[in-house]
Amino acid sequence: MTNSWTDIKNTDLVVVMGGNAAEAHPCGFKWVTEAKHHRGAKLIVVDPRFTRTAAVSDYYAPIRPGSDIVFLMALIRWMIENDKVQWDYVKAFTNASFIVKDEFGWSDGLFTGYDEQKRDFDRSSWDYVVGDDGFAVTDPTLQNPRCVWNLLKAHVDAYTPEMVERVCGTPKDRFLKIAEMIGECSSKTKTMTSMYALGWTQHSKGAQNIRGMAMLQLILGNIGVPGGGMNALRGHSNIQGLTDLGLMSNLIPGYLNIPTEKEPDWATYLKSRAFKPLMPGQTSYWQNYPKFMVSFMKAMWGEAAQKDNDWAFHYLPKLDVPAYDMLRMFELMDQDRVNIYFCQGFNPLLAAPNRGKLTRAFSKLKLMVIMDPLETETARFWENHGEYNPVDSAAIQTEVIQLPSSCFAEDEGALVNSGRWLQWHWAAAEPPGDAKLDTWIMAQIFNRVKALYQTEGGVFPDPILNLAWGYADPNEPKPDELAREMNGTALGDVFDPKDAAKMLTAAGKQVKSFAELRDDGSTACGCWIYSGCFNEDGNNMARRDNADPSGLGVHPKWAWSWPLNRRTLYNRASADLNGQPWDPERPIIQWTGEKWEGNDVPDISPTAKPGEVMPFIMNPEGVSRLFSRGMMRDGPFPTHMEPFESPVQNVFNARMRGNPVARVFESDVETFGDASEFPYVATSYRLTEHFHYWTKNNVVNAALQPQGFVELSVQLAEEKGITNGGWVRVWSKRGEIRAKAVVTRRIKPMICDGKPVHVIGIPLHWGFVGAAKKGWGPNSLTPYVGDANIETPEYKAFLVNIEPAVGEAVS
Amino acid sequence: MNIDLSRRGFLKLAGAGVAATSLGALGFGEAEAAELAHVRDFKLVATTETRNTCPYCSVACGIIIYAKPGDDGKRRVTHIEGDADHPVNRGTLCPKGAALKDFVNAENRLTQPMIRKPGATAFEPITWEDALDRIARALKDDRDANFLQTNEAGVPVNRWTTTGFLAASATTNETAYLTYKVVRSMGIVGFDNQARV
Repeated sequence: MTNSWTDIKNTDLVVVMGGNAAEAHPCGFKWVTEAKHHRGAKLIVVDPRFTRTAAVSDYYAPIRPGSDIVFLMALIRWMIENDKVQWDYVKAFTNASFIVKDEFGWSDGLFTGYDEQKRDFDRSSWDYVVGDDGFAVTDPTLQNPRCVWNLLKAHVDAYTPEMVERVCGTPKDRFLKIAEMIGECSSKTKTMTSMYALGWTQHSKGAQNIRGMAMLQLILGNIGVPGGGMNALRGHSNIQGLTDLGLMSNLIPGYLNIPTEKEPDWATYLKSRAFKPLMPGQTSYWQNYPKFMVSFMKAMWGEAAQKDNDWAFHYLPKLDVPAYDMLRMFELMDQDRVNIYFCQGFNPLLAAPNRGKLTRAFSKLKLMVIMDPLETETARFWENHGEYNPVDSAAIQTEVIQLPSSCFAEDEGALVNSGRWLQWHWAAAEPPGDAKLDTWIMAQIFNRVKALYQTEGGVFPDPILNLAWGYADPNEPKPDELAREMNGTALGDVFDPKDAAKMLTAAGKQVKSFAELRDDGSTACGCWIYSGCFNEDGNNMARRDNADPSGLGVHPKWAWSWPLNRRTLYNRASADLNGQPWDPERPIIQWTGEKWEGNDVPDISPTAKPGEVMPFIMNPEGVSRLFSRGMMRDGPFPTHMEPFESPVQNVFNARMRGNPVARVFESDVETFGDASEFPYVATSYRLTEHFHYWTKNNVVNAALQPQGFVELSVQLAEEKGITNGGWVRVWSKRGEIRAKAVVTRRIKPMICDGKPVHVIGIPLHWGFVGAAKKGWGPNSLTPYVGDANIETPEYKAFLVNIEPAVGEAVS
Repeated sequence: MNIDLSRRGFLKLAGAGVAATSLGALGFGEAEAAELAHVRDFKLVATTETRNTCPYCSVACGIIIYAKPGDDGKRRVTHIEGDADHPVNRGTLCPKGAALKDFVNAENRLTQPMIRKPGATAFEPITWEDALDRIARALKDDRDANFLQTNEAGVPVNRWTTTGFLAASATTNETAYLTYKVVRSMGIVGFDNQARV
């Protein structure tokens, strides 16, 4: 979230599209209710189903799963056509005036540079014209036909209200009503917030869905302002933290990158990360990359990371592919190229796409290690549970070791909520039986491997032997030790760069914030964006003053928010070019004539003059991007792409299947179905009583929604002879499930491209372990393909068939 | 309350605090001491209250966990409620958060390390020592056999692709950071977490 949960009360309009906050984030959704009651805010829901969020909305429109880009681009077109644009914001704070290379273009659904063989674009033309001075060329009058604004206008021209009706199945009048409501928020004193979740991310073009809305928000002037923003409602309680900390193939904590093979040395690695400003006088904060990176290497390898060994650069692996994400790993497993796999609090057998493939892949492992507080299907993938898990145990040669770990009630530490608040919690009880803390388990595994390398030697033991491990008890690093390490420590005295005589922090002390990090080895910091969370003031994440002096839901002394305890990202953009708030009623920061101050920590240097330094300090341009250059693999603007399995062809290009640059493994090509065999669109979701597969182990939640079911429309039920409460069989090219049918008016057929499109909703929860009834989940059916940029699987739009089934499953 | 109290029943109801009250001053102290042996302690006497966070969705509601020692002396969770001081949830919980106690105390909580041997149809217990040693041995052997130090062009790549690690979504930052250090130090690149889905 760019903003916080409590900030939602400042909004005038909530758009829930790609999410279902009332059911999936109930206690956060209360801030929508607050905004409705106290500000008169309106709520719009656009969703294939009439969800419980829709049930309390002011206006609802249906949409075909996987067609969101069309809807969003049509909204942008409508705003431009009807002059519903926050012009001062767009001209000053976005790249609307930047001139784009002449070679860039778009036709037949594809941007310039497409290579069908490589399934990739040559993105070199997707960039600005850069002048001899090294700065981007702009036309502030927006007259140049090659400026971003005019290219955007041309790009969205095809997305008419008629096209929305044709492709999305949304009635034109519904779309127009929503456009009008949203258009009101182009006012400087009215804001809209976007609340989205996995309904937008779980598509082969998920990242482009989100960009589409972010662009709309920029055009309306709603980024950085109270009650505005792009608010990703993260799924689990610490998904945000795990993302921040870079527990991914290609990441280093704080959104730094693991090098690739093309960056074989430190100098080359840094060269592509110079982040020289593209406009005069701009901050381009990533210029500090070397400071964050060196400090990370010092946190990892201490004394072993020195300037003369490039800070132990070769201790880091170098990638030959963009990432060894979980889909790639399961594919490699299926090819018999993986031997050992750890699952720490994750149940991929049910959570990953195409369960059949997962079972096959796991069966080829030599060793699987499970660390979990609860039973999972993954831990028992080899166990026969009749039709619910019909495997031949004897044929599966995988050894599985299941380690019992603690749960939230038994450990101490911080979780990062969706609004980037690091909230500390304390242990209330002790783990049951012989269960152990996760930190203890990780330390044990590490120490034992290290001991083997110490006694036996082996291949490249250096990064293991030299890993910084200065914990009071090497067998059990404590949460406060780890938090302090993430905050960062001065290894030598740290001086003010502007005044060499002024010491900021003495050696051995915690750094105050990432502003004190250095690239000369004098600081260590595990995660630069968290720097400030546990400094010499103490554990700021444990703060519990819930006061809100401004009344704007800032709560500046409750816990600690990254970065620098800032509650609203890009908040400099909440004020105009003179530094005065667009809306004087909702001031979060303002320019006093000398500096920025206000109710939140300014997201800009405190003395940066408002007319000179632009608000988007992380971008070399200083402004936000309506045109994202070559930064995304599938285009600098969102363009309509159908799901890999779709009931209709792409209206721009009938030959194009799914996202033209999404990675598809050869072995999966044959597993995509088409509409002739699988005519119905399926989508997955969870129920408010359940939390993925965990609550299967909880009798209360299992009893609240005991029965696995699928939802379908009255019309489809009549067509197929399916009765409400009767059994159905649902199958895709990859597998089948059986469930009870809930025949509902909450889902209605849509007409897309002249044909009726039926949607089948498949809630997830059921499996074969736990207190709940046995059943199946949607991932027995889902396709094995991910988003082109980040490989999030396409769970929200795929094809199935359905028929009545006889007899109840015997469990 | 319509109860016909005997003197004995009256003392029972008055409970452990009686000695310090006016009843004590009235000379019931000794009688109470005799009765205390038969009176159960007030239920909350050994109960602790701990601030915590709901582990489910990213709203991360504040909760208060009540726990007291169980028969084995270990603190056990007896009740969980919303934290009224928390600025986001203000004491409220959803149907999942409200049932959290039954997550912590679920019958399916894992309590001892288990191993499923190749081809077996069931798990069997294994000690922590043996389990951790087996894992460490397997990691070392696989790493030594498959760690790639240089690619075909002779560029140092130092990566290990035959072992992978899938991290959680509800562990603390501190667990996550320690996990990061361990996994990265070994050169594992098949590293991912639940943010992917």
